[in-house]
Amino acid sequence: MRAENTATTATLSRRQFVIAGASATGAFVIGLPAIGTAAGDERQLGYFVEILADGRVIIGSNQPEIGQGVRTALPMLIAEELDVDWDKVSIRAMPLGIVKTEDGYAWKYGGQGVGGSTGLTENWQYMREVGATARQQLIRAAAERWGVDPESCTTEPGKVVCAEIGRSLPYAELAADAAALPLPAEAPALKAMDDYRIVGKQHGSVDVRDIVTGKVRYGIDTREPNMRYAVIARCPYLNGKPESFDDSAARKVAGVLDVFEIEGPALGDPYQILASGIAVVATSTWAAIKGREALDITWNKGPDPSANSADFWKQNAAMLEGVGQVVLDDGDFNASINSADTVITHRYEVPFVNHAPLEPQNCYARVEADFCHIIAPTQMPSGASRSAAWATGLERDQIHVDFTRVGGGFGRRLTNDYVAEAALIAKKTGWPIKLQWTREDDVQHDFYRPAGLHEMRAGLAGNGKITAWTQRLASASKYYRRANMPDENLWEAELYVDDFPRRIVDNLRLEYFHNDIGVPRGSWRAPAHTANAWVVQSFIDEIAHETGQDPLQLRLDLYGSERELEYGNHGGPTFNPGRLARLLRFVAERSGYGKSLPAGHGIGLASHFTFGGYAAHAIEVSVSKSGDLSIERIVAAIDCGYAVHPNAVEAQLQGGTVDGISTALGLEITVKDGQIQQSNFHDYPLARIAAFPSRFEAHILPYDDVPTGVGEIGLPTAAPALTNAIFAASGKRIRKLPIKDQLKT
Amino acid sequence: MVSFEVNSEPVEFGGDEDTPLLWVLRDHLDLTGTRFGCGIGQCGACTVHIGGRAQRACVTPVSAVRDASITTIEGLAPDAETLHPVQQAWVEFDVPQCGYCQAGQIMATADLLRRNPAPTDDDIDREMSNICRCGTYARIRKAIHRAAELTAKGGSDAS
Repeated sequence: MRAENTATTATLSRRQFVIAGASATGAFVIGLPAIGTAAGDERQLGYFVEILADGRVIIGSNQPEIGQGVRTALPMLIAEELDVDWDKVSIRAMPLGIVKTEDGYAWKYGGQGVGGSTGLTENWQYMREVGATARQQLIRAAAERWGVDPESCTTEPGKVVCAEIGRSLPYAELAADAAALPLPAEAPALKAMDDYRIVGKQHGSVDVRDIVTGKVRYGIDTREPNMRYAVIARCPYLNGKPESFDDSAARKVAGVLDVFEIEGPALGDPYQILASGIAVVATSTWAAIKGREALDITWNKGPDPSANSADFWKQNAAMLEGVGQVVLDDGDFNASINSADTVITHRYEVPFVNHAPLEPQNCYARVEADFCHIIAPTQMPSGASRSAAWATGLERDQIHVDFTRVGGGFGRRLTNDYVAEAALIAKKTGWPIKLQWTREDDVQHDFYRPAGLHEMRAGLAGNGKITAWTQRLASASKYYRRANMPDENLWEAELYVDDFPRRIVDNLRLEYFHNDIGVPRGSWRAPAHTANAWVVQSFIDEIAHETGQDPLQLRLDLYGSERELEYGNHGGPTFNPGRLARLLRFVAERSGYGKSLPAGHGIGLASHFTFGGYAAHAIEVSVSKSGDLSIERIVAAIDCGYAVHPNAVEAQLQGGTVDGISTALGLEITVKDGQIQQSNFHDYPLARIAAFPSRFEAHILPYDDVPTGVGEIGLPTAAPALTNAIFAASGKRIRKLPIKDQLKT
Repeated sequence: MVSFEVNSEPVEFGGDEDTPLLWVLRDHLDLTGTRFGCGIGQCGACTVHIGGRAQRACVTPVSAVRDASITTIEGLAPDAETLHPVQQAWVEFDVPQCGYCQAGQIMATADLLRRNPAPTDDDIDREMSNICRCGTYARIRKAIHRAAELTAKGGSDAS
């Protein structure tokens, strides 16, 4: 199984998929309806399957690959229903497909974009129907040729067979006839899942060989004719801008071609780009970087040059002394807390964090009078098209977007500000431009994960049962500076009301306080779940310890039996707490929870429902007398319903675990004197291999035949399992992330 | 003018001699398998072999590699059909997620195994400082041990 190495070198001359026509190589292409898309008159569009004369099959990949495995998983679905051997399949990256209709732009190849762990779930039905439809066309073509009823024909991998007449024909010989047949009004029936030969089985990534040999190309590897290189000196002050600048030294740097100002968004406006600055265009990346270093810029320090994190946290604490916006009020919280036998209150601090994808932002843009070509590493190619339209003034159907393999997403590349920047520079200079961010640009200019102070309070009856629960959050909302976002809705990005313990604890109140700071915010892998799972799973642990209950048993009692609770937030429509109980029992047993451990060791547990999927962690740590933390063992489990591509499910669980632990151990973004203080990996220390034990298990516990997404599910429970383990080992409760050197004090 | 050898081919670079080797490889030689991650020698995505030793190309000025012999990820395997044992182990465990750091991880591992043919977990913890943002460390660890086995068995198999 090999992927064609066309992902990022794609140019406009590249062969496009065409309806039922001979392609440049003489192979036949089957155009398939975009079954399942909303626009009824777009049914003739959407092109995924090409059958070559030699029997090989090329399957189009329509989604951004950010490491989650979608470029392997979705073609597996097509290949399964098409009934071909997986080792005959090659993958080809598709560009953004949008078409202008009377009702605005419609998808040509189905919706394209990955976020919210929906890449698989939104394509699960569609991709199987694409494959099944292609198979049906091939059957009809064979039946017509043989003069038999299509119902008497079936397929074996790569061929149509008719037992009645004892004949068979390979797909390659039928492809041209099949492509010429009218498409059916409805997709044929899908295969029974028990018959799957490809889906649900172990496969490596289609790109692994190209990755390990260095051949695979990311956005940063784009190289196009006449391309120039650009970097931007971005204002280091929040909402600041250049006051004046002297570029005489910069222009003397060999290779520097042009220097000019880029205007950032007006204060309070939605971000098209993140910051005002000075662009330097040169003949190489290094010349542009050197030119930038030679700039002499006087910055206007913006509206809040004294902004700092210490004040932000003080303001959050002060806000919690007042009354906020009550966003959920089930039962009678006041009465139940007042009559509780025990009341427990704790506050938890969650910092801003940077996405830090390892491939720094970059984008290629060529802008002409009536045409623009974008090549970008992005999670949202349609957003890239909108950003380029904003920057160039062109119509979106004049903009061609190719999207590359992406060197890490984590939510950062849902926003296409770097596409807008590249298009602005290309338009101004007239040159094809590759814009390059440095690591410093990325750490200091991001849509950071929101920071907030959470106050948790629970009331318990004499029997230890939780009768009242409140979460009061003062935070900088992600929805800050969104277009058409009223202030009273800012909380919606930070509190998902239907999360546990909704409908489990009767008297439940959620309260929100918006505290502004000029730090841009955005979606960071599993957005508010990363904060809330840590807070809630820490607090449950505290309640258990403070009331003499077992942390596992308390959770199991709360989750109860399997049942579907209404869940209106993303990942619904239901949440089954019994599925969390099942995972939690599993990881507890695997980890040896409850058995005796050496002194200074402890096991922590956590479980959470994230965007439709279920995860649990049991982590064993040791903490020495001097406060040295060592993670001894990790047991992680995921219930993603049905695992389409188990190898990638395991990888995402492993990776989410690492991400959650790495972030909890040492990562935070802070502000001082109106500027972000961190700048690179020396002071934003992503964890390395030594932080993780060799005893690191990731288990998939299948549940039913409905797949959920997996990209974000494994992350939220890692941090609370870690900090709960620290408490179990040392008696030290972590209520402020990151952990850093708190165990040393 | 700086002359050196990359993947057994002679190379001359006539630009600014302060240019990091990373950007010479990427922008001037189109050897893009060597990645830019941090520019300060922290993440290791740019790891190449200079005179057989793993070095970080982002903090190595091209002037420092005069007459040196450099191997990049593109030149690690003996030929186009054969993978280096480390690459082979990486394929076997399907290590990469986004894959961006993996060339650097592989180059660092190849050098580690040259110096220490059977590294323990502690050795790996001490020696492997490359960052993987996707968190593929569990598979990297397994793949390092596997690569050590493959090397001990006599190098790369055709694949």
